[in-house]
Amino acid sequence: MKLFQRLGRNFIKFLRDSGGIFLFFWKAFFYTFLPPLRLGLFFKQMEFIGVKSWLVVALTALFSGMVTAYQVHHALVKFGGQSVLGGVVALTLTRELGPVLSAIMVVARAGSAMTAEIGSMRITEQIDALKIMAVNPVQYLITPRIWAAMIVLPLLTAIADIIGIAGGYLIGVLVLGIDHGIFMARMEDMVELIDIMSGIYKSIFFGAFMVAVCGYKGYYASGGAEGVGRATTEAVVISSVGILVSDYILTTLFF
Amino acid sequence: MIKIVNLKKSFNSHEVLKGVNLVIPGDKITFIMGRSGTGKSVLLKHIVGLLKPDEGEIWFENQDITKLSERQLQAIRKKIGFLFQEGALFDSMTVAENVAFPLKEHTNLSKKEIEKKVEELLSAVELFEAQDKYPSALSGGMRKRAALARTLALNPQVILFDEPTTGLDPILQITIMDLIKKIKETFHLTCVIISHDLLLAYKYADYIAFLDQGFIIEEGDVEKIKASTHPFVVKFRESALLELEKKEV
Repeated sequence: MKLFQRLGRNFIKFLRDSGGIFLFFWKAFFYTFLPPLRLGLFFKQMEFIGVKSWLVVALTALFSGMVTAYQVHHALVKFGGQSVLGGVVALTLTRELGPVLSAIMVVARAGSAMTAEIGSMRITEQIDALKIMAVNPVQYLITPRIWAAMIVLPLLTAIADIIGIAGGYLIGVLVLGIDHGIFMARMEDMVELIDIMSGIYKSIFFGAFMVAVCGYKGYYASGGAEGVGRATTEAVVISSVGILVSDYILTTLFF
Repeated sequence: MIKIVNLKKSFNSHEVLKGVNLVIPGDKITFIMGRSGTGKSVLLKHIVGLLKPDEGEIWFENQDITKLSERQLQAIRKKIGFLFQEGALFDSMTVAENVAFPLKEHTNLSKKEIEKKVEELLSAVELFEAQDKYPSALSGGMRKRAALARTLALNPQVILFDEPTTGLDPILQITIMDLIKKIKETFHLTCVIISHDLLLAYKYADYIAFLDQGFIIEEGDVEKIKASTHPFVVKFRESALLELEKKEV
């Protein structure tokens, strides 16, 4: 009986959180069209989410590209198909690894900080203070972050694509001895515009999703410092799992 | 003047306010007193629309605040300031930036004019020298004074104080209360103060109301409260005197 109770309770929590996050996102999105336009906060968030995350995204992409090249080469060499390595690495990066890894790294670096910051503003009554000063807290805290994430995530994905492919090239051509011309030619043959754009479109969705989840969890945090810690953990877990699940759904829609 | 009529509020199944009726006089200092956890802060948050009641009305300037939308409440909130217990200063901003924040949001003042106004406000709360400090570098009393300067920035008609002296040493308590009194007289404000300290209320209040078990059980000027025979007020008064005796010993 207790097992069913727990399952039921978790299911209700899941439904409540899903609905809450969905409505929270649309509320914040809608406030874009009401004055004032908070351009200063928008650029500040672009810097925080984007500029300060590029290095960690680039490093992740570089090593992911390198290891992908190694593993794929290992499989291809069994039936003599190593010449397509460049194409396979580029497809893997642009379609999946670029957008997904960028989003997960941004969740880890900026999303967690976002939940912790907004959560501590909630428990120290700073969000109530915004309300008291006749400032809409969702419009002030969440709306600029949503737009900033939806713009910088595609840019970070583009960086991850380029650096990841460069990592694959480094291993494929310099270490494994694949011809430069063949590596580049196969990549040009196999990668189409939709492969790159699907990754970019996904990253726009991931950006909005990450801010909706991390913002929501911080905004409704309760229970002191422990509550903020719990909200941050939940935000990172839900965002990361949500990105992977939605990646699968979006991939089936695109291809 | 603020008129509270039959205000009721429950959290889950716990009834906090069971029918509060109170008229808060204008241009005066009103103390709302009671034991911890009796819903004093809850009552205060209703007055500024941070909480919605289950039942009842709160009248301010011929409008029932409880019926207003979040957007309509924004106009009211420019007239009713709220001083949080811990100040609720934005910790990513300096003291001066905190005080300038409502001015940037709601006025068309130039940068120079805002700077001048911030200087005036910080001087009024005797905190001019700390204007470039961050809230984390301030003491409890300084944080409260900075928050008071920020609250005053929009020239409110009413300021609600949530335990402004709690956690401060006795000298600082007097300093803060003197400051509130001075500011009330300078800016012609209506002040509502939540407190446990009956002796401070005797010294500074124009009007005192006691909240117990979800109701206002006694209210009146200082003389009336001193003469009250209501068992709760008597007990509260005795406890306050006992506390005073302990301090004197």
